Amino acid sequence: MTVTEEREVGSPRRRKEDARLITGRTMWTENVVLPGMLHLAILRSPVAHARITHVDTSAARELSGVVDAFSGRDVADIQGGLPCAWPVTEDMVHPDHPPLAVDEVRHVGEPVAVVVARSRAAALDALAAVEVDYEALPVVLDLEAALADGADLVHADKGTNRSYTWVFDSGEAGTGEAVDAALDGAEVVIKRRYRQQRLIPAFMEPRSVVVDPTGDQYTIWSATQIPHILRFLVSAITGTPEHKVRVVAPDVGGGFGGKLQVTPEELIAFVAAKRLGKPVKYTESRSDSLVSAHHGRDMIQDIELAARRDGTITGLRVKLLANMGAYLGLVTPGVPILGAFMYNAIYKIPAYRFECTGVFTNTTFTDAYRGAGRPEATYAIERIMDELAVEVGLDPVEVRRRNWINADEFPYTTVAGLTYDSGDYEAATTRALELLGYDELRREQAQRRDSGDTVQLGIGVSTYTEMCGLAPSRVLGSLRYGAGGWETASIRMLPTGKVEVVTGTSPHGQGHETAWSQIVADQLGVAFDDVEVLHGDTRTSYKGLDTYGSRSLAVGGIALYNACQKVVDKAKPIAAHMLECDPADLEFTGGQFRVRGNPDNGKSLADCALAVFAAHDLPDGVEPTLDADAVYDPVNFSFPHGTHLCAAEVDTQTGRVAIRKYVAVDDIGRVINPLIVEGQVHGGVAQGVAQALFEDAVYDADGNLLSGTFVDYTLPSPADLVDIVTDRTESPAPDHPLGTKGVGEAGTIASTPAVVNAIVDALRPYGVNDIQMPCTPERVWRAAQGGGA
Amino acid sequence: MTGLYEEIREEPAADVPVRRVSITVNGAKRTADVEPRLLLAHLLRQGFTLTGTHVGCDTTNCGACTVLLDGQPVKSCTMLAVQADGHEVTTVEGLAGPSELHPIQEGFSDEHGLQCGFCTPGMMLAAKALLETNPDPTEDEVRWALSGNLCRCTGYQNIVKSILWAARKLQSQAGT
Repeated sequence: MTVTEEREVGSPRRRKEDARLITGRTMWTENVVLPGMLHLAILRSPVAHARITHVDTSAARELSGVVDAFSGRDVADIQGGLPCAWPVTEDMVHPDHPPLAVDEVRHVGEPVAVVVARSRAAALDALAAVEVDYEALPVVLDLEAALADGADLVHADKGTNRSYTWVFDSGEAGTGEAVDAALDGAEVVIKRRYRQQRLIPAFMEPRSVVVDPTGDQYTIWSATQIPHILRFLVSAITGTPEHKVRVVAPDVGGGFGGKLQVTPEELIAFVAAKRLGKPVKYTESRSDSLVSAHHGRDMIQDIELAARRDGTITGLRVKLLANMGAYLGLVTPGVPILGAFMYNAIYKIPAYRFECTGVFTNTTFTDAYRGAGRPEATYAIERIMDELAVEVGLDPVEVRRRNWINADEFPYTTVAGLTYDSGDYEAATTRALELLGYDELRREQAQRRDSGDTVQLGIGVSTYTEMCGLAPSRVLGSLRYGAGGWETASIRMLPTGKVEVVTGTSPHGQGHETAWSQIVADQLGVAFDDVEVLHGDTRTSYKGLDTYGSRSLAVGGIALYNACQKVVDKAKPIAAHMLECDPADLEFTGGQFRVRGNPDNGKSLADCALAVFAAHDLPDGVEPTLDADAVYDPVNFSFPHGTHLCAAEVDTQTGRVAIRKYVAVDDIGRVINPLIVEGQVHGGVAQGVAQALFEDAVYDADGNLLSGTFVDYTLPSPADLVDIVTDRTESPAPDHPLGTKGVGEAGTIASTPAVVNAIVDALRPYGVNDIQMPCTPERVWRAAQGGGA
Repeated sequence: MTGLYEEIREEPAADVPVRRVSITVNGAKRTADVEPRLLLAHLLRQGFTLTGTHVGCDTTNCGACTVLLDGQPVKSCTMLAVQADGHEVTTVEGLAGPSELHPIQEGFSDEHGLQCGFCTPGMMLAAKALLETNPDPTEDEVRWALSGNLCRCTGYQNIVKSILWAARKLQSQAGT
């Protein structure tokens, strides 16, 4: 173990990334322009389910500026199919997913035909000249109806709308007791149905892809979170040798899981570029994006909680229906399964059963959206904990306290079989209650209730944990996921002592260039500005598993740390040689190798870098390089946790909800850059609040997406949100040399139930025990009138 | 429509009308022959290679394309290029001097007012217009002034702080 002075880690460094982003010098995929580049436009299905009886692109091909036009039938044999990397059960129904529909369309927005032209305008104009005839087929939208006998089918050849049923039972798994007995004999049983509305990730940068075929090489620029996975899968799907495919994720404008996908559009652009032998660009419009980029959430959650009268939980049964949409995306089936490990949350629950059925409908396919399975689980358990509190007559904080894992019980193996590494739920909750002024607000709440105030006050509690740092490869394998969960880092020591870091993570707003520089600066004792972080181009960063699941620091950070140690280990014999001492007598601090007890005599890492560059006088047998690679496969997930509290004022006459105060106390282990961490919490909370109050992807009875633009899919604006109060407690991750956990999804996971619990709490005196999300003024008003919601 | 390279244009189709527009962009007069239907955002991005102006939606909701037209914030995706004929346009590329950032840019960096950065140019230009009419805004005034600009990363808290930071700096500069 190397001992270094810690100077950078923990400091709120301003981000390196900002220089280009604030001056308009960013390199988005849409900015890529190549000589001879053509533009692609996609004709999308206007109907939710139909047989394609006729397509004619000939008129489009005759138009000015148009170079090519084709339909799914024209490329059916060569276009390949989109991958699903997570067949969660052996018998999962996995329908073909052609990039361009061939015989049938199964959701509005599905690509049907393509025009390639010399300008984007010409390509878009020519779409109007493509003739398509559709023969309507029955539209499947309702999850329960889809599973009924004799239901109309999304994929007629499959004979069912059920993709899979996945079960975890603690009695069978040996991680706990059987849940049926717990529920049968329970003093208290609370049963609820919660609906996770469909959401749209709605990253601000629309997706864009450029495919450049030059000779037998294909370079793909894409607004993706996963350049490495994309390269591997494009190679596998198209039969292009992997070394002939280069993927570049330049600056990427947000993802939130929405760019964790191999998309139809990427493969269509590949097919078009290959067909024409010329570079082709596709950039989606926002309306295209909202109807075709994968959606998230959309589940029906039936949850039953068994408890004793004193509030102690004795069992938990969860039955999910998860909307897959019309097809399976990259990890679609696995998203609700990630939640399976999180319904038990921070609580000691003796018996647990989870069952999830994935259902096909004629809608845009769903997949990962910030939190992916964990926000849904946290919502259901944290909502029903409040119901338990009411049922047994306890304060919602107290009922949680009676059930949560105590700080001295870590590591703790849960009923779902995970071993939580560390945490202190009491500490985070105590801090959050102080910051909110909980007792005082409860007094005000009582006063408002007593006086019959038309504006009621509610306090929502959410004590969450999550599993992040995806993920130990063996665990992923046991869950039938198609890839591992390791991450990689390389250090390149330049002769002048400057450092290039190559990471396998692929940031799209997270600030890895800054945080990684901080880690390296400390570990190698070099200046923050002497480190350059390279990422997102498979030519420089040829290996990696990219960025999602709050994994980049929790996994990639360890790879980076380990690579730094290797550099130091390589430099040590060289420094010893220069200092004419035994390497065992050297210590490395602040970038200097010094002989113990002789602090004046030292050699810096830069001296060693120059020495290996010259290579004139190295010890015998020493390879003239300090460069080092490391690949790290995590031994466990990491388990951030925290307590979020929301105080909301609810106007019973208008249904307006105003967040009065929101407190987020998160324990994410040690923090590399508090500025970045705070930003992640702010943004995460905003997205969770948006689910609670604003966002809803709505289909009409014919399967048309009604919320297909930002007019109708209502992202909150600055005027819709308030400042939140953030603080942290710190339980370092014991398996991580830097003690870090992960923060990318925490805010989103925690905040939705905090807000809804606050609204329901405000309206308890009105007989309200649930409000469907998003809690719009209309729904809140109806609930307050006793009309249900 | 010219591309990003200085190229000789193909003859436009006979039925495509073309209008000449002259726009002063970031202080320099620029002229282009454009189709009347061309959006200002596209002229700035593709015609003038000012790719700091971003297009994030097609319904005037997100504000990523916000530029200043004679000092007023406009959404350049909902304005035709010909409507800007004879006017002055400021884009994000016009904010900084050759060696010095605008205080609003400094504020965004200092207060971590951006993550992915896609909304940032529009946010900064909307903020510039605000601070020119209201040099000492409250937090609430900042939120309302920016309510036509969407960000998915930050939750806006640090954007507001960034703009208040810039307001303080601009005021202290004006006072000295």
